[in-house]
Amino acid sequence: MITQPKTSRRNFIKGVIASGAAASSSAYMFGVSGCSNQQVSPGGVERLISLNVNGMTRNVDVLPNETLAMTLRYKLGLTGTKLGCDRGECGACTVLVDGVNLYACSLLTHTARNKQIITIEGLESSDGMLHPVQQAMIDELGPQCGFCTPGQIMSAVALLSNNPNPTRDEVRRALSGNLCRCGAYDHYINAVMLAAERGV
Amino acid sequence: MAKDMMPAFELYQPDSLDNALELLSRFGDQSWIVAGGHDSFDWFKDRTKYAQYVIDLNNVNELKGITETSEGIEIGAMTSLTEIELNDVIRQRYSLLSDAVSRVASPQIRHIGTIGGNLNQDARCWYYRYGVDCYRAGGNSCYADTPEGQNREHCLWGASRCVAVSPSDVAPAMVVLEATMVIASANGLREVPAEDYFIGPNIDIERMTVIEPGEVLVSIKIPNTWANAMFYFEKVADRNTWDFPLVNISRAMFIENGVVSRIRMAAGAVECIPRRLSVVEQVVTGSEINDETAELASQAATRGATPLNFNHFKIPLLQNLVKRALRA
Repeated sequence: MITQPKTSRRNFIKGVIASGAAASSSAYMFGVSGCSNQQVSPGGVERLISLNVNGMTRNVDVLPNETLAMTLRYKLGLTGTKLGCDRGECGACTVLVDGVNLYACSLLTHTARNKQIITIEGLESSDGMLHPVQQAMIDELGPQCGFCTPGQIMSAVALLSNNPNPTRDEVRRALSGNLCRCGAYDHYINAVMLAAERGV
Repeated sequence: MAKDMMPAFELYQPDSLDNALELLSRFGDQSWIVAGGHDSFDWFKDRTKYAQYVIDLNNVNELKGITETSEGIEIGAMTSLTEIELNDVIRQRYSLLSDAVSRVASPQIRHIGTIGGNLNQDARCWYYRYGVDCYRAGGNSCYADTPEGQNREHCLWGASRCVAVSPSDVAPAMVVLEATMVIASANGLREVPAEDYFIGPNIDIERMTVIEPGEVLVSIKIPNTWANAMFYFEKVADRNTWDFPLVNISRAMFIENGVVSRIRMAAGAVECIPRRLSVVEQVVTGSEINDETAELASQAATRGATPLNFNHFKIPLLQNLVKRALRA
């Protein structure tokens, strides 16, 4: 009698999905259509650079053709910065560079050298207290699915640092570079208004 | 729309215009200039265009900033759209320009997108962007001007094999303000009026400006000619943010003794170049602005328009924008 392998169909499929996911996420950096770490660049910029991310100096090997979103997510492990479209059309990758909200997918990491980069992970204070905008998002149930939320929060933080008491229209305009496919815009605006009311 | 790395390139970040020009002449047609990067990186990511040597101008500080001169103002080509939008002198004396830049794309793009990049952006025809071998891409057909072609956003005038339009919100404002483009190359500087800076497919189908290989737009001079005029800017697009114009309109006007003494008007997204509405200027100069002149001018504005299959709506749209611009 032939013994059946212990692997159930369910576990087998799970395994394939898991390894497939691992392969596809590393393909961002090392896959056939990407470029390997072995790539050489004879001229131009140095690859080993220091970045100031969330108040810390991080030494990282950055390819010339690498965007800040790629560096943050796949080299520094800061996956709170999301990649939606990777074309500057959705806003999920919004981070602050020298206090200004930008699309990390459309900025070369090398352009962000010598600048202060703040991601969603860098907003909470050292004692673990959430940033007022983050807390207001929770209290006002701002997000629906949550995928665009880090970007929305970064745009709101940039707004409130320049304009602590915005009108609803000013908030709408400040968040207009962040797409929300759930359409939770009004909830996000409620949350930003609450954060402004409480004071940042 | 793969989310992966751009193809490999060598990156150069010169810190002076001289170094940038030297790199440009060293690498020739293998080089690509990046300003804000929003147009460039899309081409690279989509694998529709490629350059081996990328020259990033973000560290060239001499190309940034807005200065007042005796003749007007001069804006460095690497000045961000946000800086222009918030500049006090521009808001007071050339509010047409601050209004126009405030409607470009989204806040994040305006923060890093530059005036030079906006004026030099490539055609937004999606067939061309998709990487098909159309005329503009060096091929021998147009995919937009066919019975099934989706050409709702395309041109009313100036079609010459290619039917793409000028996608910029700022370019028509530059034409209205009689700006001058300052272009640098290894041979020195040359100046071109904004009206001659943009070129249609009848002149060169593979580029949208007079910029030759080896040249860089370094600044834009705006003369006092139209300072403190009555300005009007309006952009109509499918979405309030991010979107390119379906039609936009820019106007500068002076009224003396109840009649129009001087006027300049231009529309975007109706031709491959910003379309100067000279006929409107002729109709209303010396006249009082009332419903009759506005109606007459708006009818004249679309004379000679040859719509494609899906862009007839741009004719009444432009007529209405002309009327609104005159009555405002």
